[in-house]
Amino acid sequence: MHKQVSYLLLEDGSLFSGHPIGAWREQPGEVVFNTSMTGYQEILTDPSYAGQIIVLTFPLIGNYGTTPKFTESNSIHAHGLIVSESCATPSHWQSQSPLDGYLKTNNVPGLSGLDTRALTRHLRERGTMRGALVQDLQSTDHWLEQLRSYQSEPAIANLVSTPAAYRASEQGSWRVAVLDFGAKSNIVRSLAALDAEVIVYPASTPVQKLLACSPDAVVLSNGPGDPANCTQGIKAAKELLGAVPLMGICLGHQLLGLAMGAKTYRLKFGHRGGNHPVKDLRSGRVSITSQNHGYAVALDGQTDIEITHINLYDGSVEGICHRELPVFSVQYHPEACPGPTDSRYLFEQLKDTATAWRRS
Amino acid sequence: MPRDLNINSVLVIGSGPIIIGQAAEFDYSGTQACRTLKEAGLRVILVNNNPATIMTDPGIADVTYMEPLTIPYLTEIISRERPDALLPTLGGQVGLNLASELSRHGVLDRFGVKLLGTSLQAIAKAEDRMEFKQAMIEMGQPVAKSAIVSTVQDALSAAAEIGYPVIVRPAYTLGGTGGGMATDALDLKTITEQGLRYSPVCQVLIEASIAGWKEIEYEVIRDGAGNAITICNMENIDPVGIHTGDSIVVAPCQTLSDQELQMLRTASLQIVGALGISGGCNVQLALHPESMEYCVIEVNPRVSRSSALASKATGYPIAKVATLVSLGYNLDEIENAVTGTTACFEPALDYVVVKIPRWPFDKFSTANRSLGSQMKATGEVMAIGRNLETALQKAIRSLEIKLEDLYLPALTPLSDDALYRKLALRDDERIFVLAELFRRGYELEELHRRTRIDRYFLHKIYGLVQWESLLATEELSAELLREAKQLGFTDKSIARYRSTTADAIRALRAEHNIKPSFKMVDTCAGEFAARTPYFYSSYEQEDEAGPLDSERVVVIGSGPIRIGQGVEFDYCSVRASLGLREAGRAAIVINNNPETVSTDFDTSSRLYFEPLTAEDVIGILEKEQPQGIMVQFGGQTAVNLAESISRAGFKVLGTDADAMDVCEDRERFDQMLAELDIPRPEGRTARSAEQAEQLAAELGFPVLVRPSYVLGGRSMAIVENLDDLHRYLREAVQVSPDHPILIDRYLTGKEIEVDVISDGEDILIPGIMQHIERAGVHSGDSIAVYPPVDVTDEQSASIVDYCRRIARKLNIRGLMNLQFVLYRNNVFVLEVNPRASRTVPFLSKVTGIPIVKLATRIMLGETLQQMGITPGLGETPGYTSIKMPVFSFNKLTEVETSLGPEMKSTGEAIGVAASLPEALYKAFLGAGLTLPKQGKALVTIANRDKQEALPIISALHNAGWSLYATKGTAKCLLEHGLSVETVNKATEQSPNVLELIRSGEVQLVVNTLTQGKNPQRDGFRIRRAAVEYNIPCLTSLDTLAALLEAMTDEAAVTVQAFGAK
Ligand SMILES: Nc1ncnc2c1ncn2[C@@H]1O[C@H](COP(=O)(O)OP(=O)(O)O)[C@@H](O)[C@H]1O
Ligand SMILES: Nc1ncnc2c1ncn2[C@@H]1O[C@H](COP(=O)(O)OP(=O)(O)O)[C@@H](O)[C@H]1O
Ligand SMILES: [Mg+2]
Ligand SMILES: [Mg+2]
Repeated sequence: MHKQVSYLLLEDGSLFSGHPIGAWREQPGEVVFNTSMTGYQEILTDPSYAGQIIVLTFPLIGNYGTTPKFTESNSIHAHGLIVSESCATPSHWQSQSPLDGYLKTNNVPGLSGLDTRALTRHLRERGTMRGALVQDLQSTDHWLEQLRSYQSEPAIANLVSTPAAYRASEQGSWRVAVLDFGAKSNIVRSLAALDAEVIVYPASTPVQKLLACSPDAVVLSNGPGDPANCTQGIKAAKELLGAVPLMGICLGHQLLGLAMGAKTYRLKFGHRGGNHPVKDLRSGRVSITSQNHGYAVALDGQTDIEITHINLYDGSVEGICHRELPVFSVQYHPEACPGPTDSRYLFEQLKDTATAWRRS
Repeated sequence: MPRDLNINSVLVIGSGPIIIGQAAEFDYSGTQACRTLKEAGLRVILVNNNPATIMTDPGIADVTYMEPLTIPYLTEIISRERPDALLPTLGGQVGLNLASELSRHGVLDRFGVKLLGTSLQAIAKAEDRMEFKQAMIEMGQPVAKSAIVSTVQDALSAAAEIGYPVIVRPAYTLGGTGGGMATDALDLKTITEQGLRYSPVCQVLIEASIAGWKEIEYEVIRDGAGNAITICNMENIDPVGIHTGDSIVVAPCQTLSDQELQMLRTASLQIVGALGISGGCNVQLALHPESMEYCVIEVNPRVSRSSALASKATGYPIAKVATLVSLGYNLDEIENAVTGTTACFEPALDYVVVKIPRWPFDKFSTANRSLGSQMKATGEVMAIGRNLETALQKAIRSLEIKLEDLYLPALTPLSDDALYRKLALRDDERIFVLAELFRRGYELEELHRRTRIDRYFLHKIYGLVQWESLLATEELSAELLREAKQLGFTDKSIARYRSTTADAIRALRAEHNIKPSFKMVDTCAGEFAARTPYFYSSYEQEDEAGPLDSERVVVIGSGPIRIGQGVEFDYCSVRASLGLREAGRAAIVINNNPETVSTDFDTSSRLYFEPLTAEDVIGILEKEQPQGIMVQFGGQTAVNLAESISRAGFKVLGTDADAMDVCEDRERFDQMLAELDIPRPEGRTARSAEQAEQLAAELGFPVLVRPSYVLGGRSMAIVENLDDLHRYLREAVQVSPDHPILIDRYLTGKEIEVDVISDGEDILIPGIMQHIERAGVHSGDSIAVYPPVDVTDEQSASIVDYCRRIARKLNIRGLMNLQFVLYRNNVFVLEVNPRASRTVPFLSKVTGIPIVKLATRIMLGETLQQMGITPGLGETPGYTSIKMPVFSFNKLTEVETSLGPEMKSTGEAIGVAASLPEALYKAFLGAGLTLPKQGKALVTIANRDKQEALPIISALHNAGWSLYATKGTAKCLLEHGLSVETVNKATEQSPNVLELIRSGEVQLVVNTLTQGKNPQRDGFRIRRAAVEYNIPCLTSLDTLAALLEAMTDEAAVTVQAFGAK
């Protein structure tokens, strides 16, 4: 009956206790919360969480187990998972392994039995911060020092990008090159579902090489980290502007923004969840979106950029486009997984843009 | 889009009396709608003939009509008020059906009334089973294979093609009325006949069974611009086959993957969009448990019971937003009042919610408890927890069925076979049966196979059962105790497993500082700071409920709606809360009923959504340290907590706990009356059968008997003679020294009821109500008349005098309800309830006296005199008001319908008019009891009633009715010169009474109770047949006399406005 107690230590010194789960070890990361009530496996395997410790606000996690069918990449890049309850006896026809086993297989540590709501409120009030999973109270001083000097990997996207280019969807009526900063698989699947041939390139791919496959469109994918640190990506985006129809998703959107002269800034506690309302300013329609980002784009007097989408919670920019060039991007995730599929239309928009561009 | 400025006044139609399938949820949605419309600057005209509701109270609408919900009355109101628009989708099925009818009759066009929100075409497309199926098929949405039929013959051939089992689903009914599962042609014939009778359009759907699939609901709001959001998804623990209203439901869904949920969410949004709904609605879907296959079950194009649940489960004010959408606002133009951000978002939960229905089987011991596609619950409870175990256990104790957890003692003696048989019936106790089978070592897979309940939920039940033995065997360390509390075990149940006392566990908790911490329901899982939050308990680290700065007073709510304790007590709680706030106090409400106004986010200063047990309530009191607690408004639920609350050192405001005890303790009560020299029917306590016989003989038959340990008129009976007494002691109640029975002289006389506001010194009696049915019919089931028709001034003076003496003696501060019987010109006290009563809302409305508000101020320390109120009996208005009980017998099979001292009604209707006959007429009409001017009546009268029945039956005859009667009754009628046709008894050869009823020949059945309630008896079968064939069946001659009086009313349609300025 005696359960081991371990801790989450935050850089501001606060401590939350829980029980170790997964492949337990001490590990630092940026602590972020996500309010999605389902889709834990999609979240875990989303490469954008690289280096982060994910707090899920919904308390019952793992109810329907895990399966290779729900992965968004081939491994877990997050540094840890924090839940209130991790279900040991999942029930689902597709389930192959309980969450705990899945974390172990993927070598990811975590905590359960924590007051995740208290933690979430803490992060909401104080903002996203660094933290570490720590074994016992003896090591807190050591970790506090580490956390205060902790520097996140600057070019983190490179670490989660594909090492080599590959053809993700063999054939199709149009060709898309995806510049992979940590792309979720469902971006590729969504494009393939629209009959696209999809080739995925490493984040470091030079633009000439990317254009060599003569794509009808390029997608700058989502990915982890501070966009301003991703100089390579900004450079690529600049070079691609006007050369080919472009769509940016999440980090890709921020890179496009920076490439066009806009700024990015860090949000206090980010947008992570499946319930954020986003208004399409052109149609007036609101979609409920899947979100996962800690930075956002802000215009800085650019006249060639149009804001197409805004977040109805805080008014932040959720989508932009270039006034002349076939370039548009969104801060959220039209590929869903997890979350609402309301925004699938954006992929169709890309297809239309690409088709029109090729014809002209 | 901003709202249409051409609309300045709106008519809102309420849902009428409470019946099974349509309960307090429409008071919640209607009240919120009225408030929202008023805030938007519109004049609100409300029609609802349910006097127990908050919505019909002064101040909610601008003008209120408590008139029958029928086309003539609505037309009259529309022609008087000329509303610019009508809002049809917030008054339940009743409101919706009436709106369609008004349109069909051309009334809306004639008076230029615009329909707000979803168009009637869209409504018809969703409601009409055939149009709906067609629309789904066109949209490519999967539906179960089915056929629409309007004859039994067609049903049989459809079923032959679809293959049995099939389900019969009547169109335009609510709560699944008239439907059911048929496994063969014989079943199908009966169910279809019944379904066709109940469907107002005589249409039923015969559909392939998808029983066993997961039943999932989505609550959707869509605006006129086409923006659509889902507020909440809910999973029925009970798979398809049990009505959602009778299912245990969790929110959000627990066993569906994100893919599955998004698939169903997308489908729901598509369907709602394609139907063109604007406003709130509910989509029911079935998901195959082992594939991505799904079926659409139905769409309710209006705010529903599930919307109320979803609203409380998420904190999102669905009715309010749906109302604004109906006015033309787009979702993104509406603010989320909880967080101050937009209302156009989907709530995120960081807790789970469990709803359990409250069934009336404790009242109806003979009822068929098996659950199916026709709803049987009268109400429901909701509980919130940080885990499922807690939410489930909290919900169980919120039911007030004397259970703390999954342990139902009555199951222990049953054999395994008996348990399996019970499980197969899928009755209201199935979850306890599952726990018991786990205790006996049965395998989860086996139970899954038998119930189709998802293994996830079975694991949770199994886990709790394992905890039972853990608690019994392990050492109770601080860690184990904390974990048990985190799973929602009460001190009492932990104590039971450890054979110790709850107090001991409580002390242990105090030692280890294990106490509840309170979490917010904030619609956003903590992402934003919330402004008007509400709370639930957990045993986690952080407590978020910060201190309130003003003086705090707690109002204890009344829990789930059940027979005997209905929406009236929610009315009182709400009024108390509002009264407290007016008086500058912070009003803290504790309640667990998701259907009600009291649990609406802006009724109180702070809401705790918690079970109403001593432990749960005291946990909150210890946190809030309130200046006082009000227990008078939440019915018996709240009164029962008075003692524990004061024992824990908190202050019960108003009348103290000891005075409450006097009213409940028979001996102390008798002694008090003796001291005051106030008569009551003579009574004794018997501790054995012999003693009972002796005492009954001494008192003289008839006597009224009841067990001393049950409240609420349960197992109460009028006993005519020794034989009856033997039968009662044999069949109904065992008497023993530990379980004595009370025997009272039964006094046949007029029953009188009063509510009293008392400050301990002076009293105000807003009004005296007289019952139409004589004493012996429960006060809740009698027709009440105000002002009384035949109470003499002298009697009235004694009543006031008795009330004053009792109030002073008990030092009543607040409310008190009394029932009297007038017997041979004398006034006898039947009972005193030191609390608000069922009649408070009715009386408040018809007298115009804000009863609860006055009582609240008294409880805060004011006196009547200080408030400038003249003590004594209130003035009577120049009109007559009737409170008419409404029953839900058609939902409950095998239930005795005859009126007696046990309450059976689920709701009430009001009739207000200048004359008694017209008021009666309106009340009967409003309660759904109407008769043609002429027709055929079947009359069977018990011997003892025959003399008395003659003049009434001959009046019926003279009014133009022809009569059928069984032998004895026929003979008596013939002897007295009435022409009557004799029919055979039920057990005799055909044609007999039952066949007569089934043939549709008669339009009225009059049957007085002979003896017992044995389902085998003729009388019982006659009454049930009448119910099943939807024929009015009167069991009291007093009711018949009143009905005849009402029928003499030839007056034109007149209406009366309340609150008009
Ligand atoms: N095809 C079916 N097979 C088995 N059960 C069904 C089927 N369709 C509906 N039900 C069950 O019947 C219940 C009541 O049906 P529904 O049409 O929702 O009635 P109501 O309009 O009263 O809500 C549903 O909640 C569901 O459990
Ligand atoms: N001595 C009596 N004589 C006649 N009728 C009685 C007597 N006692 C009770 N009744 C009838 O039984 C009904 C229920 O009894 P009551 O004591 O009021 O129980 P409850 O607690 O359910 O209100 C009363 O409304 C009244 O009609
Ligand atoms: Mg339904
Ligand atoms: Mg009574």
